[in-house]
Amino acid sequence: MFEKLKEMFSSKDNSKNIAKERLQLVLVHDRSDCSPELINRIKQDIMRTLSEYVDINESEFDIEITRDKKKGSEKSTLVANIPINKLERIR
Amino acid sequence: MSDVIVITSGKGGVGKTTSTANIGSALAKLGKKVVVIDSDIGLRNLDVVLGLENRIVFDIVDVTTGNCSVQKALIKDRRLESLFLLPAAQTKDKESVSPDDMKKLVKDLGNEFDFILIDCPAGIEHGFRNAIAAANRAIVITTPEVSAVRDADRIIGLLETNEIDDIKLVVNMIKMSMVQRGDMLSIDDITDILAVNLLGAVPDDEAVVISTNRGEPVVKNEDSMSAKAFINIARRLTGEDVPLLDISIKENIVEKVLKIFKLSK
Repeated sequence: MFEKLKEMFSSKDNSKNIAKERLQLVLVHDRSDCSPELINRIKQDIMRTLSEYVDINESEFDIEITRDKKKGSEKSTLVANIPINKLERIR
Repeated sequence: MSDVIVITSGKGGVGKTTSTANIGSALAKLGKKVVVIDSDIGLRNLDVVLGLENRIVFDIVDVTTGNCSVQKALIKDRRLESLFLLPAAQTKDKESVSPDDMKKLVKDLGNEFDFILIDCPAGIEHGFRNAIAAANRAIVITTPEVSAVRDADRIIGLLETNEIDDIKLVVNMIKMSMVQRGDMLSIDDITDILAVNLLGAVPDDEAVVISTNRGEPVVKNEDSMSAKAFINIARRLTGEDVPLLDISIKENIVEKVLKIFKLSK
């Protein structure tokens, strides 16, 4: 019970939360095993396609390819963070 | 067959050598026959941590260059009957040992030993490749700092690429008071980020500094928290199921309530 209460009252900007978030971000980059040029081409293509449907925030568009950390798996995953400015209806 | 375990971290200063000395000593205390190998050529340290620096005659380069047999180069610990050290060379060229030399050396040690622990140098260069060459398991040491965790992640990736799949994590130098007030990454945070199994957690402990000053392993005296943690790690390595040591700092109920409402630090 104390743990839950503690969580409710503890602030989000604990320095360890900042550390964890920063680490997770930097590791996404570190674990990526694909050339920047390829990433950029994929990014351009996704952006072009998505722009036909929704208004996307190009400056904050972020994609990465990460190595799957699960044991015995060689899988890579595409992680994309694409903020949408306005959802436009398809006519 | 001997269990050949490399102890590595990427980053320097996280306690690889201290951990090797203490895990090795703890295993020997449990009755296992253990060799600890210092593979940090040019920056030899495992000998001073174990207090064996005055007894070195031959070193790892003498073995790989054929100057003497590996058995002859081993230094027997005086306190622990079943603990042996193979020291690194201090003055010889770093490049004088190759990964194949390491494989041969470990093979020449034969099946006489239960555990062969290899203390890896910091970094991911030549010394790292030598240290991992003969290992079939790895212990990655990290501390609750962003730099150490990041390097540990890189090391885990490199170990996997080199087909060492049995990788376990030791989180060293944890300051529980800082974890409890949310100012230090917790064990769970770190295992969450690195996605590897935890072998053990060692608190930041003055007893480690004091025993290292004396050239004794901290596990010599089992009273300190760090000694208990290292002994638990050794027991887990032998296959025993040991619950994680509670290293949290106990607070009374008033402190807990005050803390929740942020009235105390």
